[in-house]
Amino acid sequence: MSEVLAEQRAVAAGPLVTPRELLPYAIFAGVLLSMLIFFAGAEEGAAALVGGGAVHELVHDGRHLLGFPCH
Amino acid sequence: MVRSLLVRGMLAGLAAGVAAFAFAFLVGEPQVQAAIEFQERRAARAGEPAAVEVYSRDVQRTIGLLTASIALGVGFGGLLALVFAYAYGRVGIAGARSTAAALAVVAFATLTLVPFTKYPANPPAVGDPATIDERTLLSFAMIAIAALALLAAVRARARLAARLGAWDATVVAGGVFVAVIAVAQLILPAMDAAPPGFPADVLYRFRLASLGISATLWLVIGLAFGAAAERLLAQQRGSRSRRSLRVTGREEDPAAGR
Repeated sequence: MSEVLAEQRAVAAGPLVTPRELLPYAIFAGVLLSMLIFFAGAEEGAAALVGGGAVHELVHDGRHLLGFPCH
Repeated sequence: MVRSLLVRGMLAGLAAGVAAFAFAFLVGEPQVQAAIEFQERRAARAGEPAAVEVYSRDVQRTIGLLTASIALGVGFGGLLALVFAYAYGRVGIAGARSTAAALAVVAFATLTLVPFTKYPANPPAVGDPATIDERTLLSFAMIAIAALALLAAVRARARLAARLGAWDATVVAGGVFVAVIAVAQLILPAMDAAPPGFPADVLYRFRLASLGISATLWLVIGLAFGAAAERLLAQQRGSRSRRSLRVTGREEDPAAGR
């Protein structure tokens, strides 16, 4: 019984996940969230995926105020 | 577990985006407006035609600003949650809330504050449109260098901790970080682009507002995600000790699972 408790304490205090468990989430969400940051921060400035200026003009103020080069 | 943390990180980022929007609208927008008026006066003097509006200024300063703040908040919140999932229990900080808060402070310093000392935020009219490619590249390069310098410092600290003790290892790691940043900032070119006659006070207030917006964003992400993660981990511990109670059929030591 005491071994079980000791093991539980170790589990509770130790790392939450193994790198193996985390990796697919890290890649998928990392790519997706980076895209989100790219659209807010850089789309139609230096690089354009959609083009036309609609994204750039919409997030224009946020881009300036959040510290991204805008134009 | 990763799924639950990621969802909470993105929700914390959503709340942070709304808070950052409120700060940006109240403190930052007056400076953006002053910069745009300077731009328009300059264009009028030069006899240039007025710029074609895709969205009205009212849309840009409300819906547009909110969209950008929330997109960035959700992105940063999700990424912080993933880093938290790896870092919790590995970085020598007890407690979910303090781990999340520490990560948010480090993220703000590394991704915003340090790059800002080389390439600060610029209002409209500041920055030559002809150099936008170069400025974007340099600004993201500075962020990447700061992130890599942080990783180098964290690794250096882990290696030195056994030999030097936690405090001295942290001091040396801090020195590594500062040294990498200093060399990078000396090498990278300066990008001075304030046009003649641009009011210095507007530029100062704009940049201060920009730092305040990012600080708000990270502060709310760190605190909100920390609180949510703390509750999640407490629930998990609770269900785990209930399970083991069923298995063993005996009352547990109340300290177990802490």
